[in-house]
Amino acid sequence: MDETVAEFFRRTILKIPMTEMMTILKAWNFLSENQLQTVNFRQRKESLVQDLVLLCQEKHASLNDAALLDIVYTQFHRHQKVWDVFQMSKGAGGDTDLFDMEQFKNSFKKILQRALKNVTVSFRDAEENAVWIRIAWGTQYRKPNQYKPAYVVYYSQTPYAFTSSSQLKSNLPLLAQTFETHNSTTPLQERSLGLDINMDSRIIHENKIEKERVQRVTQEIFGDYPQPRLEFAQYKLETKFKSDLNGGILADREEPLRCLVKFSSPHLLEALKSLAPAGIADAPLSPLLTCIPNKGMNYFKIRDK
Amino acid sequence: MSVLRPLDKLPGLNTATILLVGTEDALLQQLADSMLREDCTSELRVHLANSLPLPSTVARPRIDLIVFVINLHSKHSLRKVEESLHHVDATFFLGKVSFLVTGAGRESHCSIHRNTVVKLAHTYRSPLLFCDLEIEDFRATMAQRLVRMLQICAGHVPGVSALSLLSLMRISENPSLEDL
Repeated sequence: MDETVAEFFRRTILKIPMTEMMTILKAWNFLSENQLQTVNFRQRKESLVQDLVLLCQEKHASLNDAALLDIVYTQFHRHQKVWDVFQMSKGAGGDTDLFDMEQFKNSFKKILQRALKNVTVSFRDAEENAVWIRIAWGTQYRKPNQYKPAYVVYYSQTPYAFTSSSQLKSNLPLLAQTFETHNSTTPLQERSLGLDINMDSRIIHENKIEKERVQRVTQEIFGDYPQPRLEFAQYKLETKFKSDLNGGILADREEPLRCLVKFSSPHLLEALKSLAPAGIADAPLSPLLTCIPNKGMNYFKIRDK
Repeated sequence: MSVLRPLDKLPGLNTATILLVGTEDALLQQLADSMLREDCTSELRVHLANSLPLPSTVARPRIDLIVFVINLHSKHSLRKVEESLHHVDATFFLGKVSFLVTGAGRESHCSIHRNTVVKLAHTYRSPLLFCDLEIEDFRATMAQRLVRMLQICAGHVPGVSALSLLSLMRISENPSLEDL
């Protein structure tokens, strides 16, 4: 195996936290069960990585296999990246083009390789008709830099593509062109928020109308699709004490009263979205909570006017 | 007027109707399902509401028993129940109202003190039942109990009335409650 490829393997495997090592290696599906069993996963990480790289060498792993491992790692750590999303406008093409994933991958790769001399392009299919594309850029005279790849996640049944990289900006027009030939013209699938009304006729829901109102309001505010993944929101409140009664120690206080409220959740916005339908809060929710995606903020300071 | 009265309608033949009032639909639905799985000589009907007053657009039979469901994890559920109580006529509280409290098992999630609901039930002179509705076995047992109570309140059990049941349940309560 080439020295640079071996080093790439070593560095990629080293990135993986020990707690995720088995899961990611299994997902990568390059080293067999038997091979993995021959390795001692309890030893020090450096030695473990050395053993794993040796196994890869024995199995004649290629640069592409290493790139695939990198994709798997990134899929597990997608929240650590910053993603931009692009929406493709429909080109003047046929209305009912059927999308062929293999054909897309082939021509995508060809176009990039034709345009740029040194580039590594790898693909990995994911859930919901999505394909993860990893692109390592080089220059005309230099081999691709495998340590600064760009990622594009394309959902084939939608006009959306997600990209992540700092080096991508200059190559955007090229990527955009690559997508143009493969527009999906399938309309976004509609999903309806149906009410889960029990079929047993002996159960009557008295507040059907109100429930429908809550569903409607929730849908208006949050939309139909999954919310962006957010783990916490923080609100700092500073206010002077207000009272109808005259005087009192708190009313004379110069310093404002301070309060900090922090919401945390594995998926905060989905949790907020489910509050009203679950009957835990009234709909509509406070705008302080619902403005998070619009404002793109999750730290708030609330002061007296 | 949108106040619920116990005797403002004629009873249906062999029909017993219970009204479950609570903010969390999932809990009410599950409890309703559990109740309807019970073998019962009476025709059961379960009405589910998030709060009172009930919308006037729905035609409904005479309500024999109201159970207010409060989740100790949610102050919102308590507040809604307290507001709803104003829409129930005083004569309902002669054995045809009960409070059902869930969530006591997970103390760390409780934002309402147990004493609060104890006092509420005492103020309205109505039985207070505790049950973690999320646990299937407990829920099934409670459902059985509610079906029996419902049959009595509907007058389907000869010799026992809602009021006599109320007296029986009160005797078995901890006497120190009277000091509250």
